[in-house]
Order: sequence, then structure tokens, then C-alpha cells
Amino acid sequence: MKKKAIVADIERCMACKTCEIMCAVAHSNSKELFSSMLEDQPPEKRISVEKAENFTVPLQCRHCEDAPCVSICPTKAMIKLGPGQAVILEKEKCIGCKMCILVCPFGVIKLDREGKAIIKCDLCIERLKEGKLPACVSSCPTKTLEFKEIEEFTKNVKEKALEKIISAFQDRKKK
Amino acid sequence: MLETKDKNLSKLAKKSVDPAAQEILKHAEAEGISTVWDRFKAMQPQCGFGLSGLCCRICHMGPCRISPFADGPQRGICGADADLMVTRNLTRQIAVGTSAHGDHARSVAHALILAAEGKGGYQIADEVKLHKLASEWGIKTDGRKKEEIAKEIGHLALEEFGKQEGTLRFINRVPKKRREIWEKYGLIPRAIDLEVSQTLNRTTIGVDNDYKNLIFAGIRTALANGWGGSMIATELQDIIFGRPRPIRSQVNLGVLKEDEVNVLVHGHEPVLSAMLVKASRDPEILAKAKASGAGGINLAGICCTANEIMMRYGIPIAGNYLHQELALITGAVEAMIVDVQCVIPSLTDLANCFHTEIITTSPKGKSIGSVYIEFHEENALQIAKEILMRAIKNYPNRQRNKVDIPKEKMDLVGGFSTEEVFTFLGGKYRATYRPLNDAIINGRLRGVAAIVGCNNPHFPQDYGHLEMAKALLKNDVLVVETGCSAIACAKYGMLKPEAAYEYAGRGLREICEAVGIPPILHLGACVDISRILTACVEVIKEGGLGVDFSDLPVAGAAPEWMSEKAITIAHYVIGTGIYTVLGGPLSILGSKNVTNFLCNEIEELLGGKFAFEPDPVKGAELMINHINKKRAALKLRPMMYQ
Repeated sequence: MKKKAIVADIERCMACKTCEIMCAVAHSNSKELFSSMLEDQPPEKRISVEKAENFTVPLQCRHCEDAPCVSICPTKAMIKLGPGQAVILEKEKCIGCKMCILVCPFGVIKLDREGKAIIKCDLCIERLKEGKLPACVSSCPTKTLEFKEIEEFTKNVKEKALEKIISAFQDRKKK
Repeated sequence: MLETKDKNLSKLAKKSVDPAAQEILKHAEAEGISTVWDRFKAMQPQCGFGLSGLCCRICHMGPCRISPFADGPQRGICGADADLMVTRNLTRQIAVGTSAHGDHARSVAHALILAAEGKGGYQIADEVKLHKLASEWGIKTDGRKKEEIAKEIGHLALEEFGKQEGTLRFINRVPKKRREIWEKYGLIPRAIDLEVSQTLNRTTIGVDNDYKNLIFAGIRTALANGWGGSMIATELQDIIFGRPRPIRSQVNLGVLKEDEVNVLVHGHEPVLSAMLVKASRDPEILAKAKASGAGGINLAGICCTANEIMMRYGIPIAGNYLHQELALITGAVEAMIVDVQCVIPSLTDLANCFHTEIITTSPKGKSIGSVYIEFHEENALQIAKEILMRAIKNYPNRQRNKVDIPKEKMDLVGGFSTEEVFTFLGGKYRATYRPLNDAIINGRLRGVAAIVGCNNPHFPQDYGHLEMAKALLKNDVLVVETGCSAIACAKYGMLKPEAAYEYAGRGLREICEAVGIPPILHLGACVDISRILTACVEVIKEGGLGVDFSDLPVAGAAPEWMSEKAITIAHYVIGTGIYTVLGGPLSILGSKNVTNFLCNEIEELLGGKFAFEPDPVKGAELMINHINKKRAALKLRPMMYQ
């Protein structure tokens, strides 16, 4: 199986925050929008839409290959499932020391609402097993978020870059 | 997308440029009290579908969202494209705005009938205006008592809301050319409630699927506000409470007093606030206030109801829309009495931090956590006294250690009206619009601009109003204001006659000096934008500046608008043929066609159109360019001092 990652085209983000809501629902007991709102412990989101200058950017765990949160975890609660796979937290081992929060370069690991447990994006591993896309990706109305193979992503970037290079070259030739 | 990109403003000034607001905001932050600005920040980033109008929740096949990108859905489930989706949402907002001012006017018509019956403490204060309106509406006056005439006017006014045939009475005020334009496009408004309810029907699933047809329905509904609800409210309020005349007052949080019972009235309808004024001057009530250890009762206003009682009784103004929370955070307010519109839901929670009581008075506008004392026009004065007694009883509960009243307060002159404002230019015994028209024709005055509307945390509070006004005055444009815009400029001393020396261009300054008026004329509350319409009618009648509103060298603007009422006002202004600059865009940018229609094409048809410009100085430039274009078309003389 080729390794995929969640990628964001920030020029398309409308800041509607559907990804935030559906992330929380995916991490609820019922996995269903209206029932999840009524649960005793309302579910929490693992992704957030942030504003920076004139852009809005959905941010979540990048599932780093050499993840600082994994290296620093004293109880080996934070684990990398394998190359190109998710970084997840094994709750029963977590002692809540918050070191992972301190070292995360993206600031996307957080404490839960009560300040007791660490929560972070788990790349929707349960949904992936069922053959579904991560909840943020499948719910995004503008396709800002996509779940793509890295090669596919870089291929698109290369194509766009090549277009620019060629048109610049042609412009110069015309002059 | 919307914020003012002024790099020179400090972090605090980006919230509000008012030093009094800044002091209270620092205080609030230290105390951990949340305000509209904190909630605004927490709401960032805001949803682009909502901002662009591309979200529809009208039927239950949806909700639907249209993608701004070609690879997403381009139509809702019903088949509505972006043009129809944004238009349905917009016209619904217009209908709401018309219903708001209409409901206000309805209360006033009731109060006029009560005044005629000698009930509720209301009176007929302006007989001249009563007779003028009676003759305009074809009501017999010979040998009749003023009460009989008033009663008939009141009932005819009420018919304006629900009559099933005919058009609005005030359409007779509209110059012939404009009426012809309205007839051509089917824009002559019928009864106010009829326009609102029919427009709502037209926006439901599967009725009006032609966006241009629907926009015209929206504009007709808006005209039913400008030439209907708002105009009825203004005219009848003048009859009951008296036509405003130039009057001195003061503005800003510094009007609150350390040693008096501070009572704020907030909302819109003078049927309540004017009675509070009367009650606050009652000797018995004053004696009770003294007995509680206070020096007296200090009544002050917030928002438009403040304008209503400032204009007629000189009652001080504590602030505009974004001052409502700040006023409570001073900790010095015994009671805030509210009725309807712009009374934000956060107030009751905020009041819990202090001894302050929020007193709701309208069955239409309750609030959980408030004290509810229902107001009835029939027992108006009695209820007003009861409310003030409650505030007096609360005075000993004021926690002195929590009190922080900013020192800022400013003098102002307000209280201008269609009947009096411009006739000043001709002097008391030559009441005529001739000098105003001549000043424009001769190039001493470039034209007239109206700045109106709200505050909005998308912009630094007051910044848009101030900077736009400064740029216009400098270029010899006389500025007229209402509502929160007038309060904004008043706070910085721009409504004092001497402000002409500081801000006005040479031509405008000469006029202000000769007549003794401020360079910005305060025409009242937001319903009183109808005064601007009637003033324009007088200018057209006086002659020399064209035959229609769209000929006049005038423009309108709402640099910090936020309310649905402002959306309606904006549409009746362009529907009347006047160019209008809005600070934030309407939620229509998701449709190129609708944006182009309202910002370009519609000018060919109706003479007015919109421009969206968040920078107030650039907005003023757009208005000046428009005024210059109109001057050139009228072949007026070059400006006297260029």
C-alpha cells in the first residue's frame, strides 16, 4: 500500500470549519452529527482552521516521520505506526506530562476540554480501515483538503512549476 | 478581507479609536470581562460561504452551498445558481430591515392616537406639522380640534401597513421624474406589511427564480421603508414629541456621573425614551433620588433612542452601538432600559458582573436574566416612573471600587430637520432652500453627503465615520449624519460649530461661519434618514439642480454598517437614485452577476448604485468623484476655491 498524507490547498479554504465539526463527530461515540452533540462528553476536534494574513489554513498533525512527540514521550504512549503511517497516542500509557505539546513544531497537540488527556489527529485510522477517507477530507466542500500519495502531490506541484517555467521562457523568447 | 489595513493604528485603536473605549477595554481585559471584540476574535476566521452569500438554508432539501471553484457544485439541490442564491438571501435581509422600521412606526402611530385621546401622557407638540401633514393627506382641518385631526392621521397611518389596495401616501412627495422611473420598473411601494410578506413569499423555494426580478422586489420593499415606515415614524414622532430644533448636548461615557443615579436608555423607540425624560424631571422622582443619597437622576442614551431624546430634549448621549457593553463596564450604571433593535444579547451576562439591572420593556424583545417591566403606551408615564424608581433603589448597591468612568465627554449641537436645517442658510425670516442651492450652483459648496449606519468590529470603532467625514469636509462637501454615525463624529467634536475651522474647506467654512452651524448636521436617528430624502425633495423643488434625485450632486455612505436595517436603507437610497458607498460588502460577492448588477448596471436603470470600499478615505474619494460627475452634468460653475 502506498503511503498517503492529508494535504491542503490553502487558496481554496473558505473557513467554513466543516472539517472541524466532522473531525469531532468522527471521534464521538455515535459517529453521527446530531447524536454526538447530545453525548455526555461532547467530542472534540483535532483540526482547526487558523487565520494568517489573508489566508485561512486548516492545521492538524503532520504525522512526522521523525516525530519529536514520539522521541520525547517518556512512557512510549506516543507511537509511530510505521514509515509513512500515523502517529497515534495510546491513552492508557499516557501520564499527561505534556512534553509532546511542548515539542510539537506545529502546535497541533492539545489538552482536552477538561485539561486531563492529550488529544491529537489520529489520521482517522478507524475510518481508513473501513475504506473511508479521513473525516476532514471527506467533508471538505471545496476540496481544500485531500488525502493523497506524496508522489501524486509532488507530481502536481511539479506540473504547476513546469507550466510557470515554460511560460516565463516563452515570454522571454517573444521579447 | 474586511479589516481596515491602517498600519498606523495601535492594537487597541484597531478595536476602537475612541480613548474612552480604549480605557474601558483595558479595564475589561484586566478584569477578564469579555466584550464584542473578544467574541469577534474567537469567531475568526469567518465562513466564506456566509460572507459571499453562497449558503442557502431556505428549504429542507438543503442546506446547500455553492462552490466558488468550478470543480464543486455550481447549483443548489433545487437548481438555484449563485445569482439566485445570493439574491434570495439579500432580499430576505431587506424585508427584515423594512419590518424593523415598520414596527417602530406602528408604535408611533398608536402613540399618536393615544395622544389624541389624552392617554398615556403623550401630547401633540407640533401643531404646525400636524396641519401640514393633514393637508398633505387630504384631511379636513377647518373647525376641527387638533385631537380629531391627530386621531384621523393616526388611523390613516396605520392603514399604510395593511391596506390591500393602492400605494403609499408619501409617494406623492416624490418628484415626477422619479415616480415615472419607479412606475417603469414596478417599484412603487404598496402597503408596508404587504411588501414585506410578499417579498418573503417570493424568496421561498420555487417562486421568484429570476434574480433581477427579485432584486427589484427587494428594492420596492426597501422603498416601503424609506418612503413608508421610516417616514411615518419621523413625521408622527415630530407631531407627538415636537420637531427637533438645534440644541446643545454632550456625548461619550464621561456623561455618566459619580454621584447621581445613572439610567441609560438603549434601543430605538422614543415612545419609551421620551416618557423616561418626562419621568426623570418629575419632582417626586427627583426627591426619591435625593433621599437615596444621590445628587439626582442622570438619564443618558445609547444608540438611536439616544438621538431621539438628545434632538428634542438635549439629553446627553453615552455612546453609539459598540459603547453599549462599555457603558456597563464603567460599573456606574444603575439600570439600562431597553426596547428593541441593536440591544445585544450579551448585556444581561455582562450586567451580572455589576449591580446594574437590564430592564426589558417590550414583549417583542425579552432577554433571559433581565428584569421585565412591560411597557404600554396607555400607561406610559406611570411605567416610566416605576422603572426609574427601580433604578433609584439600586443606587446604594453600586460597588464604588468597581467604578471606572472615563473622563471623555464632548459638546455637540444636534437637532436639525428638513424644515429647519437648510432654512438656516436663509436666516429665520427667509426660510428657503435657495441659499443652499445657490451655494452648490456657485461652487462654494461641492455638494452634500450623508454618512449613516452602525459600528462593526470588522472595523475600528468610529474610524470609518471620522476619516470619511474629514475627507469630505475638506473638499467642501456638507455632511449630514444620523444614528451611530452622528454619535461617532460628535465624540470627536465634529458636531460643534467651531469644527468648521478645523475640518472644513474654505467654501464650507464660510457658510458655517456666516450661519453658525456645524459642518456636520445631525439629523436624528436611523429612521430619520427619511429627513434626508425629504430634504433632497426640497432641494429639487427649489430648482437649479436638476429634476430628480439622480441629478443632485449628493452621495450616501455607511462605512461601518452591520444591521439588516442598514441593508434596507442602502437599497432605498439607491432605489431613490442616489450613489451609495458601503464599507463592508453585501453578502453577494459569490455572484459576479449580482455584484455587477448592483454595483454597475443598475445605475442605467435607477440612477443609483453601490460601491464597496473598506477604506473610508477612498470611499470619500469615490463620493467626491461622483459629486463632481453630477456637477459637470448640471454644468455648474467650477468650485470657488480649488
